[in-house]
Amino acid sequence: MSPELLSTPVVDTAKTPADRAHSRARAARRRKAVVTAARVLLLVAVLGLWELLARTQTIDPFNFSMPSKIWDQIATWVTHGTALGSLGEQIWFTLYEALLGWLVGVLAGVVLGIALGRITFLADILGPYIKVLNSIPRIVLAPIFVIWFGLGPASKVASAVVLVFFPVFFNAFQGAREVDRNLVANARILGASDRRVTLQVVIPSATSWIFTSLHVSFGFALIGAIVGEYIGATKGIGLLVAQSQGTFNAAGVYAAMVILAVVALVAEGLLTFAERRIFRWKPSGSDS
Amino acid sequence: MSADTSPAIELRGASKTFRTPSGGLHTAVRELDLTIGRGEFVAVVGPTGCGKSTTLTLVSGLEEPTQGEVLVAGEPVRGVGDKVGFVFQQDATFPWRTVLSNVMAGPRFRGVPKAEAKRKAREWLARVGLAAFEDRYPHQLSGGQRKRVALAATFVNDPQILLMDEPFSALDVQTRALMSDELLELWEGTGASVVFVTHDLEESIALADKVVVMTAGPATVKHVFDIDLPRPRKVESVRLEPRFIEIYREIWESLGEEVRITRERGAAHVA
Repeated sequence: MSPELLSTPVVDTAKTPADRAHSRARAARRRKAVVTAARVLLLVAVLGLWELLARTQTIDPFNFSMPSKIWDQIATWVTHGTALGSLGEQIWFTLYEALLGWLVGVLAGVVLGIALGRITFLADILGPYIKVLNSIPRIVLAPIFVIWFGLGPASKVASAVVLVFFPVFFNAFQGAREVDRNLVANARILGASDRRVTLQVVIPSATSWIFTSLHVSFGFALIGAIVGEYIGATKGIGLLVAQSQGTFNAAGVYAAMVILAVVALVAEGLLTFAERRIFRWKPSGSDS
Repeated sequence: MSADTSPAIELRGASKTFRTPSGGLHTAVRELDLTIGRGEFVAVVGPTGCGKSTTLTLVSGLEEPTQGEVLVAGEPVRGVGDKVGFVFQQDATFPWRTVLSNVMAGPRFRGVPKAEAKRKAREWLARVGLAAFEDRYPHQLSGGQRKRVALAATFVNDPQILLMDEPFSALDVQTRALMSDELLELWEGTGASVVFVTHDLEESIALADKVVVMTAGPATVKHVFDIDLPRPRKVESVRLEPRFIEIYREIWESLGEEVRITRERGAAHVA
Protein backbone atom coordinates (compact mmCIF):
# COMPACT_ATOMS: atom_id res chain seq x y z
CA MET A 1 0.00 0.00 0.00
CA SER A 2 2.71 2.48 0.92
CA PRO A 3 4.58 2.40 -2.40
CA GLU A 4 1.36 3.29 -4.22
CA LEU A 5 0.74 6.18 -1.87
CA LEU A 6 4.25 7.45 -2.35
CA SER A 7 4.08 7.29 -6.09
CA THR A 8 0.68 8.93 -6.52
CA PRO A 9 1.72 12.57 -6.05
CA VAL A 10 4.32 12.24 -8.79
CA VAL A 11 2.11 10.41 -11.27
CA ASP A 12 -1.12 12.23 -10.49
CA THR A 13 0.00 15.84 -10.78
CA ALA A 14 -2.13 16.30 -13.88
CA LYS A 15 -5.12 14.42 -12.49
CA THR A 16 -8.11 16.08 -10.85
CA PRO A 17 -8.80 15.64 -7.12
CA ALA A 18 -11.79 13.45 -7.98
CA ASP A 19 -9.48 11.05 -9.80
CA ARG A 20 -7.18 10.92 -6.85
CA ALA A 21 -10.01 10.19 -4.44
CA HIS A 22 -11.16 7.47 -6.80
CA SER A 23 -7.79 5.78 -6.99
CA ARG A 24 -7.42 6.03 -3.23
CA ALA A 25 -10.78 4.32 -2.76
CA ARG A 26 -9.70 1.61 -5.19
CA ALA A 27 -6.48 1.07 -3.24
CA ALA A 28 -8.47 0.75 -0.01
CA ARG A 29 -10.78 -1.81 -1.64
CA ARG A 30 -7.84 -3.77 -2.95
CA ARG A 31 -6.23 -3.83 0.49
CA LYS A 32 -9.42 -5.16 2.01
CA ALA A 33 -9.60 -7.92 -0.59
CA VAL A 34 -5.98 -8.88 0.10
CA VAL A 35 -6.63 -9.09 3.84
CA THR A 36 -9.70 -11.26 3.34
CA ALA A 37 -7.86 -13.54 0.94
CA ALA A 38 -4.97 -13.92 3.38
CA ARG A 39 -7.39 -14.79 6.17
CA VAL A 40 -9.08 -17.49 4.13
CA LEU A 41 -5.69 -18.80 3.02
CA LEU A 42 -4.52 -19.06 6.64
CA LEU A 43 -7.63 -21.03 7.61
CA VAL A 44 -7.29 -23.36 4.64
CA ALA A 45 -3.60 -23.89 5.40
CA VAL A 46 -4.20 -24.75 9.06
CA LEU A 47 -7.11 -27.09 8.31
CA GLY A 48 -5.26 -28.60 5.35
CA LEU A 49 -2.16 -29.26 7.43
CA TRP A 50 -4.27 -30.85 10.16
CA GLU A 51 -6.05 -33.06 7.62
CA LEU A 52 -2.77 -33.98 5.96
CA LEU A 53 -0.96 -34.83 9.19
CA ALA A 54 -3.88 -36.93 10.38
CA ARG A 55 -4.25 -38.78 7.09
CA THR A 56 -0.55 -39.56 6.90
CA GLN A 57 -0.75 -40.84 10.51
CA THR A 58 1.85 -38.26 11.62
CA ILE A 59 -0.57 -37.38 14.39
CA ASP A 60 -2.91 -39.98 15.76
CA PRO A 61 -6.25 -39.51 13.95
CA PHE A 62 -8.06 -41.38 16.70
CA ASN A 63 -7.08 -38.80 19.33
CA PHE A 64 -6.84 -35.69 17.20
CA SER A 65 -9.46 -36.50 14.57
CA MET A 66 -9.40 -34.45 11.34
CA PRO A 67 -11.41 -31.62 9.79
CA SER A 68 -13.23 -33.83 7.31
CA LYS A 69 -14.42 -36.18 10.06
CA ILE A 70 -15.55 -33.23 12.17
CA TRP A 71 -17.47 -31.92 9.20
CA ASP A 72 -19.05 -35.35 8.65
CA GLN A 73 -20.00 -35.47 12.31
CA ILE A 74 -21.73 -32.07 12.13
CA ALA A 75 -23.48 -33.13 8.92
CA THR A 76 -24.71 -36.36 10.54
CA TRP A 77 -25.96 -34.48 13.57
CA VAL A 78 -27.74 -31.98 11.40
CA THR A 79 -29.36 -34.53 9.08
CA HIS A 80 -29.93 -37.56 11.35
CA GLY A 81 -29.93 -35.88 14.76
CA THR A 82 -27.74 -36.81 17.71
CA ALA A 83 -28.06 -39.73 20.07
CA LEU A 84 -29.96 -37.38 22.39
CA GLY A 85 -32.43 -36.11 19.80
CA SER A 86 -32.24 -33.42 17.14
CA LEU A 87 -29.24 -31.07 17.12
CA GLY A 88 -31.44 -27.97 17.18
CA GLU A 89 -33.01 -29.16 20.40
CA GLN A 90 -29.58 -29.57 22.04
CA ILE A 91 -28.46 -26.11 20.93
CA TRP A 92 -31.70 -24.56 22.05
CA PHE A 93 -31.46 -26.27 25.45
CA THR A 94 -27.96 -24.99 26.10
CA LEU A 95 -28.81 -21.55 24.78
CA TYR A 96 -31.91 -21.39 26.93
CA GLU A 97 -29.93 -22.23 30.07
CA ALA A 98 -27.16 -19.80 29.21
CA LEU A 99 -29.57 -16.98 28.33
CA LEU A 100 -31.66 -17.44 31.45
CA GLY A 101 -28.56 -17.57 33.64
CA TRP A 102 -27.12 -14.58 31.87
CA LEU A 103 -30.28 -12.49 32.30
CA VAL A 104 -30.60 -13.33 35.99
CA GLY A 105 -26.88 -12.76 36.60
CA VAL A 106 -26.85 -9.47 34.71
CA LEU A 107 -29.96 -8.20 36.44
CA ALA A 108 -28.67 -9.10 39.89
CA GLY A 109 -25.22 -7.73 39.08
CA VAL A 110 -26.51 -4.41 37.76
CA VAL A 111 -29.02 -3.85 40.55
CA LEU A 112 -26.60 -4.76 43.32
CA GLY A 113 -23.68 -2.97 41.66
CA ILE A 114 -25.61 0.28 41.28
CA ALA A 115 -27.09 -0.01 44.77
CA LEU A 116 -23.70 -0.56 46.39
CA GLY A 117 -22.14 2.12 44.23
CA ARG A 118 -24.73 4.62 45.40
CA ILE A 119 -25.16 3.59 49.03
CA THR A 120 -21.79 3.69 50.75
CA PHE A 121 -23.17 2.17 53.95
CA LEU A 122 -24.27 -0.95 52.07
CA ALA A 123 -20.94 -1.14 50.24
CA ASP A 124 -19.04 -0.95 53.52
CA ILE A 125 -21.03 -3.84 55.00
CA LEU A 126 -21.13 -6.18 51.99
CA GLY A 127 -17.79 -5.26 50.41
CA PRO A 128 -15.59 -7.87 52.15
CA TYR A 129 -18.13 -10.68 51.66
CA ILE A 130 -18.36 -10.01 47.96
CA LYS A 131 -14.58 -10.07 47.72
CA VAL A 132 -14.47 -13.44 49.48
CA LEU A 133 -17.18 -14.91 47.26
CA ASN A 134 -15.42 -13.61 44.20
CA SER A 135 -12.18 -15.29 45.20
CA ILE A 136 -13.83 -18.74 45.18
CA PRO A 137 -13.20 -20.49 41.86
CA ARG A 138 -16.90 -20.56 41.11
CA ILE A 139 -16.78 -23.34 38.57
CA VAL A 140 -16.42 -25.82 41.46
CA LEU A 141 -19.92 -24.84 42.49
CA ALA A 142 -21.33 -26.53 39.37
CA PRO A 143 -21.27 -30.06 40.90
CA ILE A 144 -22.92 -28.70 44.04
CA PHE A 145 -25.66 -27.13 41.97
CA VAL A 146 -26.26 -30.46 40.22
CA ILE A 147 -26.71 -32.03 43.65
CA TRP A 148 -29.01 -29.22 44.80
CA PHE A 149 -31.09 -28.66 41.71
CA GLY A 150 -30.87 -32.01 39.88
CA LEU A 151 -30.14 -32.83 36.27
CA GLY A 152 -32.65 -30.35 34.82
CA PRO A 153 -31.90 -26.86 33.54
CA ALA A 154 -32.02 -25.24 37.00
CA SER A 155 -28.55 -26.40 38.01
CA LYS A 156 -27.02 -25.07 34.76
CA VAL A 157 -28.81 -21.76 35.10
CA ALA A 158 -27.43 -21.49 38.63
CA SER A 159 -23.83 -22.08 37.56
CA ALA A 160 -24.26 -19.56 34.71
CA VAL A 161 -25.63 -17.01 37.19
CA VAL A 162 -22.69 -17.24 39.58
CA LEU A 163 -20.24 -16.90 36.72
CA VAL A 164 -22.03 -13.93 35.17
CA PHE A 165 -22.86 -12.04 38.35
CA PHE A 166 -19.41 -10.99 39.48
CA PRO A 167 -17.96 -9.31 36.41
CA VAL A 168 -21.23 -7.48 35.83
CA PHE A 169 -21.47 -6.51 39.46
CA PHE A 170 -17.96 -5.11 39.64
CA ASN A 171 -18.39 -3.12 36.46
CA ALA A 172 -21.75 -1.69 37.49
CA PHE A 173 -20.29 -0.82 40.89
CA GLN A 174 -17.32 0.90 39.32
CA GLY A 175 -19.56 2.65 36.81
CA ALA A 176 -21.79 4.00 39.57
CA ARG A 177 -18.73 5.15 41.51
CA GLU A 178 -17.09 6.88 38.58
CA VAL A 179 -20.05 9.01 37.58
CA ASP A 180 -18.96 12.52 36.73
CA ARG A 181 -19.55 14.52 39.92
CA ASN A 182 -20.38 17.55 37.82
CA LEU A 183 -23.28 15.75 36.20
CA VAL A 184 -24.64 14.71 39.58
CA ALA A 185 -24.24 18.24 40.96
CA ASN A 186 -25.90 19.65 37.85
CA ALA A 187 -28.84 17.25 38.12
CA ARG A 188 -29.34 18.13 41.77
CA ILE A 189 -29.24 21.86 41.02
CA LEU A 190 -31.76 21.35 38.24
CA GLY A 191 -34.05 19.81 40.82
CA ALA A 192 -33.52 16.05 40.61
CA SER A 193 -34.31 13.93 43.67
CA ASP A 194 -31.91 11.18 44.79
CA ARG A 195 -34.01 8.60 42.97
CA ARG A 196 -33.95 10.63 39.77
CA VAL A 197 -30.20 11.10 40.07
CA THR A 198 -29.79 7.32 40.28
CA LEU A 199 -32.19 6.53 37.45
CA GLN A 200 -31.36 9.34 35.06
CA VAL A 201 -27.73 10.14 35.74
CA VAL A 202 -25.98 7.23 37.44
CA ILE A 203 -27.50 4.40 35.42
CA PRO A 204 -27.07 6.02 31.99
CA SER A 205 -23.46 6.89 32.69
CA ALA A 206 -22.76 3.41 34.06
CA THR A 207 -24.17 1.73 30.95
CA SER A 208 -20.91 1.88 29.03
CA TRP A 209 -19.19 0.15 31.95
CA ILE A 210 -21.96 -2.42 32.16
CA PHE A 211 -21.91 -3.15 28.45
CA THR A 212 -18.21 -3.88 28.56
CA SER A 213 -18.95 -6.63 31.04
CA LEU A 214 -21.93 -7.96 29.07
CA HIS A 215 -19.66 -9.07 26.24
CA VAL A 216 -17.42 -11.07 28.52
CA SER A 217 -20.23 -12.34 30.67
CA PHE A 218 -22.24 -13.98 27.91
CA GLY A 219 -19.23 -16.17 27.26
CA PHE A 220 -19.21 -16.98 30.96
CA ALA A 221 -22.89 -17.90 30.87
CA LEU A 222 -22.19 -20.38 28.07
CA ILE A 223 -19.31 -21.84 30.06
CA GLY A 224 -21.55 -22.20 33.10
CA ALA A 225 -24.27 -23.97 31.11
CA ILE A 226 -21.81 -26.27 29.31
CA VAL A 227 -19.92 -27.26 32.44
CA GLY A 228 -23.19 -27.92 34.22
CA GLU A 229 -24.36 -30.15 31.36
CA TYR A 230 -21.02 -31.86 31.21
CA ILE A 231 -21.30 -32.86 34.84
CA GLY A 232 -24.82 -34.13 34.63
CA ALA A 233 -27.73 -33.44 32.33
CA THR A 234 -30.41 -34.95 30.15
CA LYS A 235 -29.92 -32.67 27.13
CA GLY A 236 -27.58 -30.05 25.73
CA ILE A 237 -24.31 -29.50 23.93
CA GLY A 238 -22.31 -30.10 27.09
CA LEU A 239 -23.82 -33.54 27.38
CA LEU A 240 -23.01 -34.12 23.73
CA VAL A 241 -19.38 -33.36 24.51
CA ALA A 242 -19.45 -35.67 27.52
CA GLN A 243 -21.03 -38.48 25.50
CA SER A 244 -18.65 -38.09 22.59
CA GLN A 245 -15.78 -38.21 25.02
CA GLY A 246 -17.26 -41.28 26.68
CA THR A 247 -17.41 -43.10 23.35
CA PHE A 248 -13.90 -41.93 22.34
CA ASN A 249 -15.40 -39.89 19.54
CA ALA A 250 -12.87 -37.04 19.23
CA ALA A 251 -14.64 -35.68 16.14
CA GLY A 252 -17.80 -35.30 18.23
CA VAL A 253 -16.02 -33.19 20.85
CA TYR A 254 -14.57 -30.92 18.17
CA ALA A 255 -17.88 -30.70 16.33
CA ALA A 256 -19.62 -29.59 19.53
CA MET A 257 -16.90 -26.99 19.99
CA VAL A 258 -17.45 -25.62 16.51
CA ILE A 259 -21.19 -25.38 17.11
CA LEU A 260 -20.58 -23.56 20.40
CA ALA A 261 -18.22 -21.11 18.75
CA VAL A 262 -20.86 -20.27 16.16
CA VAL A 263 -23.50 -19.79 18.84
CA ALA A 264 -21.19 -17.51 20.86
CA LEU A 265 -20.29 -15.44 17.79
CA VAL A 266 -23.93 -14.92 16.85
CA ALA A 267 -24.75 -13.84 20.40
CA GLU A 268 -21.80 -11.46 20.39
CA GLY A 269 -23.00 -9.97 17.11
CA LEU A 270 -26.48 -9.37 18.49
CA LEU A 271 -25.01 -7.69 21.54
CA THR A 272 -22.84 -5.39 19.45
CA PHE A 273 -25.90 -4.48 17.40
CA ALA A 274 -27.86 -3.61 20.55
CA GLU A 275 -24.93 -1.61 21.86
CA ARG A 276 -24.78 0.51 18.72
CA ARG A 277 -28.46 1.33 19.07
CA ILE A 278 -28.17 2.27 22.73
CA PHE A 279 -24.99 4.33 22.43
CA ARG A 280 -26.10 6.61 19.64
CA TRP A 281 -25.21 9.54 21.90
CA LYS A 282 -21.54 8.59 21.99
CA PRO A 283 -19.00 10.10 19.64
CA SER A 284 -18.35 7.48 17.00
CA GLY A 285 -14.59 7.96 17.24
CA SER A 286 -14.42 6.18 20.58
CA ASP A 287 -15.47 2.74 19.36
CA SER A 288 -12.60 1.81 17.15
CA MET B 1 -42.78 40.07 54.90
CA SER B 2 -39.06 40.02 55.38
CA ALA B 3 -38.52 37.80 52.35
CA ASP B 4 -39.44 40.68 50.06
CA THR B 5 -37.02 43.20 51.46
CA SER B 6 -34.15 40.91 52.40
CA PRO B 7 -31.17 40.74 50.06
CA ALA B 8 -30.99 37.91 47.53
CA ILE B 9 -27.91 36.33 49.08
CA GLU B 10 -26.27 36.90 52.40
CA LEU B 11 -23.18 35.18 53.76
CA ARG B 12 -22.54 35.83 57.43
CA GLY B 13 -19.19 34.74 58.73
CA ALA B 14 -19.32 31.63 56.56
CA SER B 15 -16.34 29.28 56.69
CA LYS B 16 -15.78 25.99 54.96
CA THR B 17 -13.19 23.45 55.96
CA PHE B 18 -12.54 20.29 53.99
CA ARG B 19 -10.79 17.18 55.10
CA THR B 20 -8.02 16.41 52.64
CA PRO B 21 -7.39 12.82 51.50
CA SER B 22 -4.20 12.74 53.58
CA GLY B 23 -6.26 13.47 56.70
CA GLY B 24 -5.34 17.14 57.12
CA LEU B 25 -7.76 20.04 57.19
CA HIS B 26 -8.00 22.54 54.41
CA THR B 27 -9.85 25.81 54.93
CA ALA B 28 -11.23 26.98 51.60
CA VAL B 29 -13.10 30.05 52.80
CA ARG B 30 -13.03 31.75 56.20
CA GLU B 31 -15.38 34.23 57.80
CA LEU B 32 -16.91 35.33 54.59
CA ASP B 33 -19.29 38.29 54.80
CA LEU B 34 -21.02 39.21 51.59
CA THR B 35 -24.38 40.64 50.69
CA ILE B 36 -25.82 40.54 47.20
CA GLY B 37 -28.91 42.57 46.41
CA ARG B 38 -31.84 41.50 44.24
CA GLY B 39 -31.19 41.73 40.56
CA GLU B 40 -27.54 42.53 41.13
CA PHE B 41 -24.77 41.14 38.93
CA VAL B 42 -21.77 40.48 41.14
CA ALA B 43 -18.46 39.19 39.86
CA VAL B 44 -16.06 37.50 42.24
CA VAL B 45 -12.38 37.61 41.33
CA GLY B 46 -9.43 36.19 43.17
CA PRO B 47 -6.22 34.28 42.68
CA THR B 48 -6.48 30.73 41.33
CA GLY B 49 -7.53 28.11 43.83
CA CYS B 50 -8.41 30.62 46.55
CA GLY B 51 -11.87 29.25 47.25
CA LYS B 52 -14.09 31.22 44.91
CA SER B 53 -15.91 28.12 43.72
CA THR B 54 -16.48 26.96 47.29
CA THR B 55 -18.39 30.19 47.91
CA LEU B 56 -20.74 29.23 45.09
CA THR B 57 -21.30 25.68 46.34
CA LEU B 58 -22.21 27.14 49.76
CA VAL B 59 -24.81 29.44 48.22
CA SER B 60 -26.17 26.65 46.02
CA GLY B 61 -26.69 24.30 48.95
CA LEU B 62 -24.50 21.59 47.43
CA GLU B 63 -22.23 22.05 50.47
CA GLU B 64 -22.95 23.32 53.96
CA PRO B 65 -20.77 25.89 55.69
CA THR B 66 -18.66 24.56 58.57
CA GLN B 67 -19.38 27.77 60.42
CA GLY B 68 -21.53 30.82 59.89
CA GLU B 69 -24.71 31.27 57.92
CA VAL B 70 -25.78 31.40 54.32
CA LEU B 71 -29.13 32.98 53.53
CA VAL B 72 -30.96 33.06 50.25
CA ALA B 73 -33.88 35.50 50.12
CA GLY B 74 -33.69 35.79 53.88
CA GLU B 75 -33.99 32.04 54.46
CA PRO B 76 -31.10 29.88 55.65
CA VAL B 77 -29.96 27.50 52.91
CA ARG B 78 -30.83 23.84 53.58
CA GLY B 79 -29.91 21.61 50.69
CA VAL B 80 -30.40 22.52 47.07
CA GLY B 81 -33.26 24.95 46.72
CA ASP B 82 -35.47 25.59 43.72
CA LYS B 83 -34.47 29.25 43.39
CA VAL B 84 -30.94 28.56 42.27
CA GLY B 85 -29.37 27.96 38.86
CA PHE B 86 -25.76 26.93 38.45
CA VAL B 87 -23.59 27.04 35.35
CA PHE B 88 -20.49 24.92 35.82
CA GLN B 89 -16.99 25.44 34.57
CA GLN B 90 -16.79 22.01 32.96
CA ASP B 91 -19.34 20.59 30.62
CA ALA B 92 -22.28 19.41 32.63
CA THR B 93 -24.70 18.62 29.83
CA PHE B 94 -25.97 15.03 29.91
CA PRO B 95 -24.22 13.37 26.98
CA TRP B 96 -26.93 10.70 26.51
CA ARG B 97 -29.71 13.28 26.17
CA THR B 98 -30.41 15.31 23.07
CA VAL B 99 -30.15 19.08 23.24
CA LEU B 100 -33.89 19.47 23.69
CA SER B 101 -34.03 16.78 26.34
CA ASN B 102 -31.13 18.41 28.18
CA VAL B 103 -32.98 21.70 28.38
CA MET B 104 -36.16 19.89 29.40
CA ALA B 105 -34.36 18.12 32.23
CA GLY B 106 -34.78 20.90 34.79
CA PRO B 107 -38.53 21.41 34.41
CA ARG B 108 -39.07 17.64 34.20
CA PHE B 109 -37.09 17.07 37.41
CA ARG B 110 -39.31 19.70 39.03
CA GLY B 111 -42.47 17.99 37.95
CA VAL B 112 -43.55 20.20 35.05
CA PRO B 113 -45.73 18.24 32.59
CA LYS B 114 -43.90 17.02 29.51
CA ALA B 115 -45.69 19.16 26.93
CA GLU B 116 -45.12 22.35 28.86
CA ALA B 117 -41.50 21.47 29.59
CA LYS B 118 -40.98 20.93 25.88
CA ARG B 119 -42.59 24.25 25.00
CA LYS B 120 -40.47 26.15 27.52
CA ALA B 121 -37.30 24.33 26.44
CA ARG B 122 -37.93 25.16 22.78
CA GLU B 123 -38.48 28.79 23.71
CA TRP B 124 -35.12 29.01 25.48
CA LEU B 125 -33.32 27.08 22.77
CA ALA B 126 -34.61 29.62 20.28
CA ARG B 127 -33.37 32.41 22.52
CA VAL B 128 -29.84 31.01 22.61
CA GLY B 129 -29.96 30.38 18.86
CA LEU B 130 -29.99 26.58 18.94
CA ALA B 131 -33.53 25.91 17.73
CA ALA B 132 -32.20 24.00 14.72
CA PHE B 133 -30.04 21.75 16.91
CA GLU B 134 -32.61 20.28 19.26
CA ASP B 135 -32.15 16.69 18.04
CA ARG B 136 -28.37 16.70 18.28
CA TYR B 137 -26.37 15.09 21.02
CA PRO B 138 -23.90 17.24 22.97
CA HIS B 139 -20.86 15.59 21.39
CA GLN B 140 -22.06 16.85 18.01
CA LEU B 141 -21.88 20.47 19.16
CA SER B 142 -19.00 22.90 19.57
CA GLY B 143 -17.85 24.02 23.02
CA GLY B 144 -19.66 27.33 22.65
CA GLN B 145 -22.88 25.61 21.58
CA ARG B 146 -22.69 23.25 24.55
CA LYS B 147 -22.32 26.26 26.82
CA ARG B 148 -25.44 27.73 25.23
CA VAL B 149 -27.29 24.52 25.99
CA ALA B 150 -26.11 24.82 29.60
CA LEU B 151 -27.35 28.42 29.73
CA ALA B 152 -30.74 27.49 28.28
CA ALA B 153 -31.01 24.52 30.67
CA THR B 154 -30.32 26.88 33.57
CA PHE B 155 -32.53 29.77 32.52
CA VAL B 156 -35.48 27.52 31.70
CA ASN B 157 -35.90 26.94 35.45
CA ASP B 158 -36.41 30.68 36.02
CA PRO B 159 -33.74 30.95 38.71
CA GLN B 160 -33.88 33.93 41.04
CA ILE B 161 -30.24 33.34 41.74
CA LEU B 162 -27.77 32.47 39.07
CA LEU B 163 -24.41 31.07 40.12
CA MET B 164 -21.71 30.85 37.49
CA ASP B 165 -18.37 29.20 38.10
CA GLU B 166 -15.93 30.42 35.45
CA PRO B 167 -18.50 29.36 32.87
CA PHE B 168 -16.64 30.61 29.81
CA SER B 169 -13.07 29.81 30.80
CA ALA B 170 -12.86 26.81 28.48
CA LEU B 171 -13.92 28.81 25.42
CA ASP B 172 -11.71 30.65 22.97
CA VAL B 173 -11.44 34.44 23.27
CA GLN B 174 -13.90 35.40 20.52
CA THR B 175 -16.54 32.92 21.62
CA ARG B 176 -16.10 34.06 25.19
CA ALA B 177 -16.85 37.71 24.29
CA LEU B 178 -19.88 36.61 22.30
CA MET B 179 -21.18 34.45 25.11
CA SER B 180 -20.68 37.26 27.62
CA ASP B 181 -22.86 39.56 25.51
CA GLU B 182 -25.47 36.86 25.19
CA LEU B 183 -25.42 36.24 28.91
CA LEU B 184 -26.06 39.94 29.59
CA GLU B 185 -28.96 39.93 27.14
CA LEU B 186 -30.52 36.81 28.65
CA TRP B 187 -30.02 38.07 32.19
CA GLU B 188 -31.46 41.55 31.60
CA GLY B 189 -34.89 40.06 30.98
CA THR B 190 -34.99 37.96 34.14
CA GLY B 191 -34.17 40.18 37.11
CA ALA B 192 -32.13 37.37 38.63
CA SER B 193 -29.21 38.02 40.95
CA VAL B 194 -25.96 36.72 39.53
CA VAL B 195 -22.76 35.62 41.21
CA PHE B 196 -20.16 35.17 38.52
CA VAL B 197 -16.84 33.66 39.58
CA THR B 198 -13.88 34.29 37.30
CA HIS B 199 -10.17 34.85 37.38
CA ASP B 200 -10.41 37.20 34.41
CA LEU B 201 -10.59 40.75 35.72
CA GLU B 202 -11.58 42.21 32.34
CA GLU B 203 -14.51 39.86 32.03
CA SER B 204 -15.67 40.67 35.55
CA ILE B 205 -15.63 44.46 35.02
CA ALA B 206 -17.36 44.20 31.65
CA LEU B 207 -20.20 42.12 33.08
CA ALA B 208 -20.82 43.14 36.66
CA ASP B 209 -22.37 45.85 38.81
CA LYS B 210 -19.99 45.00 41.61
CA VAL B 211 -16.62 43.28 41.63
CA VAL B 212 -15.63 41.44 44.79
CA VAL B 213 -11.91 40.86 45.24
CA MET B 214 -11.03 37.83 47.33
CA THR B 215 -7.83 37.33 49.28
CA ALA B 216 -5.38 34.54 48.64
CA GLY B 217 -6.75 31.30 50.14
CA PRO B 218 -8.37 30.73 52.56
CA ALA B 219 -10.59 33.22 50.83
CA THR B 220 -12.36 36.09 52.42
CA VAL B 221 -13.63 39.34 50.98
CA LYS B 222 -10.88 41.86 50.56
CA HIS B 223 -12.64 44.68 48.79
CA VAL B 224 -15.85 45.38 46.89
CA PHE B 225 -15.73 47.74 43.92
CA ASP B 226 -18.78 49.35 42.34
CA ILE B 227 -18.70 49.38 38.57
CA ASP B 228 -20.47 52.50 37.34
CA LEU B 229 -20.31 51.75 33.64
CA PRO B 230 -23.71 52.32 31.99
CA ARG B 231 -25.84 49.44 30.71
CA PRO B 232 -26.61 47.98 28.24
CA ARG B 233 -22.98 47.12 27.63
CA LYS B 234 -21.17 45.43 24.81
CA VAL B 235 -18.22 43.50 26.14
CA GLU B 236 -15.94 44.17 23.19
CA SER B 237 -16.45 47.96 23.16
CA VAL B 238 -16.83 48.69 26.84
CA ARG B 239 -13.33 47.62 27.62
CA LEU B 240 -11.88 50.34 25.41
CA GLU B 241 -13.56 53.13 27.39
CA PRO B 242 -11.28 55.26 29.57
CA ARG B 243 -13.46 54.69 32.63
CA PHE B 244 -13.07 50.93 32.18
CA ILE B 245 -9.32 51.24 32.15
CA GLU B 246 -9.42 53.45 35.22
CA ILE B 247 -11.48 50.89 37.12
CA TYR B 248 -9.29 48.09 35.89
CA ARG B 249 -6.19 49.80 37.25
CA GLU B 250 -7.85 50.46 40.57
CA ILE B 251 -9.00 46.88 41.08
CA TRP B 252 -5.79 45.36 39.80
CA GLU B 253 -3.87 47.22 42.52
CA SER B 254 -5.91 45.28 45.05
CA LEU B 255 -6.07 41.95 43.21
CA GLY B 256 -2.47 41.98 42.00
CA GLU B 257 -1.20 41.85 45.55
CA GLU B 258 -3.20 38.67 46.29
CA VAL B 259 -2.08 37.09 43.05
CA ARG B 260 1.53 37.81 44.03
CA ILE B 261 1.03 36.19 47.45
CA THR B 262 -0.47 33.09 45.85
CA ARG B 263 2.35 32.90 43.35
CA GLU B 264 5.01 33.18 46.05
CA ARG B 265 3.33 30.43 48.02
CA GLY B 266 3.26 28.26 44.93
CA ALA B 267 6.94 28.92 44.37
CA ALA B 268 7.67 28.03 48.01
CA HIS B 269 5.80 24.73 47.54
CA VAL B 270 7.77 23.88 44.45
CA ALA B 271 11.05 24.74 46.18
